[in-house]
Amino acid sequence: MYKTSVGSTVYTFDSLKDLMAKASPARSGDDLAGISARCMEERVAAQMALADLPLKAFLEEPLVPYEKDEVTRLIFDSHDQEAFSHISSLTVGDFRNYILHENTTNEVLAAIAPGIMPEMAAAVSKIMRNQDLILAAKKCRVVTKFRNTIGLPGRLSVRLQPNHPTDDLKGIAASIIDGLMYGSGDAVIGINPASDSIPALSKLNYMLDDIIHRYEIPTQSCVLTHVTNSLEMMEKGIPVDLVFQSIAGTEDANSGFGVSLKVLDEAYEAALQLKRGTVGENVMYFETGQGSALSAEAHFGVDQQTCEARAYAVARRYKPLLVNTVVGFIGPEYLYDGKQIIRAGLEDHFCGKLMGVPMGCDVCYTNHAEADQDDMDTLLTLLVAAGVNFIMGVPGADDIMLNYQSTSFHDALYARQVFGVKHAPEFAEWLSKIRIINQNGFLSHHAKSPLIGIGNF
Amino acid sequence: MNESPQIPAGSVFEEDNWRELKRFTDARIALGHTGASLPTKEMLKFSLSHASARDSVHMPFEKERIAGELEGLGFSTIQVNSQATNRQTYLTRPDLGRLLSASSGMLLADLPKNAHDLTVVVADGLSSKAVHRNAIPMIQHMLGYLAQLKFRLSPVVIAEQARVGLGDAVGEIIKSTFVAILIGERPGLSSPDSLSVYLTYKPHTGRLESERNCISNIRPEGLSYEKAAFKLAWLLEHASLRQCTGIELKDNSDDPETFQMIRPNEQIEAKLR
Repeated sequence: MYKTSVGSTVYTFDSLKDLMAKASPARSGDDLAGISARCMEERVAAQMALADLPLKAFLEEPLVPYEKDEVTRLIFDSHDQEAFSHISSLTVGDFRNYILHENTTNEVLAAIAPGIMPEMAAAVSKIMRNQDLILAAKKCRVVTKFRNTIGLPGRLSVRLQPNHPTDDLKGIAASIIDGLMYGSGDAVIGINPASDSIPALSKLNYMLDDIIHRYEIPTQSCVLTHVTNSLEMMEKGIPVDLVFQSIAGTEDANSGFGVSLKVLDEAYEAALQLKRGTVGENVMYFETGQGSALSAEAHFGVDQQTCEARAYAVARRYKPLLVNTVVGFIGPEYLYDGKQIIRAGLEDHFCGKLMGVPMGCDVCYTNHAEADQDDMDTLLTLLVAAGVNFIMGVPGADDIMLNYQSTSFHDALYARQVFGVKHAPEFAEWLSKIRIINQNGFLSHHAKSPLIGIGNF
Repeated sequence: MNESPQIPAGSVFEEDNWRELKRFTDARIALGHTGASLPTKEMLKFSLSHASARDSVHMPFEKERIAGELEGLGFSTIQVNSQATNRQTYLTRPDLGRLLSASSGMLLADLPKNAHDLTVVVADGLSSKAVHRNAIPMIQHMLGYLAQLKFRLSPVVIAEQARVGLGDAVGEIIKSTFVAILIGERPGLSSPDSLSVYLTYKPHTGRLESERNCISNIRPEGLSYEKAAFKLAWLLEHASLRQCTGIELKDNSDDPETFQMIRPNEQIEAKLR
């Protein structure tokens, strides 16, 4: 039992997960689950009680039962006591003070990351304002490598997302050319396929492999299909760079996605064996998003932001190249409007980075959410200020296969111009060699580019 | 010395020299740029698409008009509501969109039970625009097939603030063998008015999404009414024979051998009744 008095009113919270849920900044998903604070004063009272809670409390009271959930077992069994010892005396409130303190540098945060359980990251984020989430995330640097280096200071990478509703190869190639000509694609060239059949998926992998090798592009490809499909393709010798999977923060929610730690272990080992990376061995690409555990009815009464942070514990086991929170895709019953989407994007990015996960964000929304391009501009700007590793690049921000709006190749250029952030170094060198960008880093489309020939598929 | 502001000769934005690739995809490629930004024309085109999509979500559902047109086709109709009383509640509480209001439940309870093979539900879903535009023509294209299948139809149910699952609640009360719910899809930027049909065998509350078959993107620019109506008839025929819908009933209606072949036969009637 936790309590806070406000004047003559005493607010009580009957468990740690109740306290966490009530302390969460407002969002429709927690209302839908019936676990959110009943009034604004109760929310702040919960935040005050949470601020007084020792971080150690999370080691004593699992929010999702250890016996019932393999993600909880992963979190507890892999918890690094040595790393935690540096912060083990702190309360959640002092953890916020500590993170924001000028002496707490990137190196310090990197050293304690393995000691930070997702619930601790989620708890401290609940008592941080947007500017805290930005400032703290900006200090965390998580650098990963496959054929290039992602996440270095002063850099921003972009996933080129050339989706097509029928997986038409020429249609996909046209969007790839468009993206490359706008300097996108250093995080990954990643297709969400419409098809689920191995022959169709294999064709996409062959095409991406061919483009990357023919034009010697220092980047990686990914076909975002179920991990078992990728396993089957790897067994058949189809060229698979990164293995993709959607993941969530509880075992049951992961089973809803048709995965378990065992299957992910197997895929990770298989991808490592291929040794397709040239500068590093980060071979996994995960996507997450608040609300997935609730939507699978697998949330155990835990708030959606904490469930999301738990997904990063799953991700971190596999030293991924990229982890992408697809923040506004799920719809208004989980994140109602631009304000909630913006807050969630910043929380996810911060929690992931604090835990040592290479976070990117699909800054996005659907047409039934109360959001528009202005909200996306705001979130994009805030995330780049926070040092996000990568964003999406979708032609004109309109994904014609998944029917939602993300960020565009132009949006990435906007961020580069405002913040001076550069491409991954290997990719920047290639762009300059192939004369897509000039010495000032601006687009240079005057010469007829050999890339346009990619269309001959 | 200050440079005087100069307007560049010709266009004030840069065109992309791969515009010919636009023929391969509907994606918004080769938009050109001014500095890093979208040219004005493309920026406003996007705004217009988003406005259309938003309007389809929030446009009031013209159920009287739909009812009038259905009655013109010879159908009787019943109008019902979900427990989501307005659009905001509908958007944030999908659970309420799956439940019938108390008065709607009573209205349906007056119908004879176990007397119908199929109940068609016309529901606003996330795009009233899709329903206004596509529901009536879709039903017109279904008429011939339904006669061929000799299905006994209940009155058409017109449902407001409805999710797909509301069909289960309707079917459970009427005790129809099948519910086919025609519902507005979540609008895409380039497709603000797509209709879907979800078919459920022996509908009842708690049916899983995996126990339905779905036909999506029904609109003149997507899946035509002719093709969609055939697909639905094919599914109805095979679902009757196999007595299931969902993942166990694989949609092979695109197989050329089955093209336009719906067999009204005694076997179906025997299975149904």
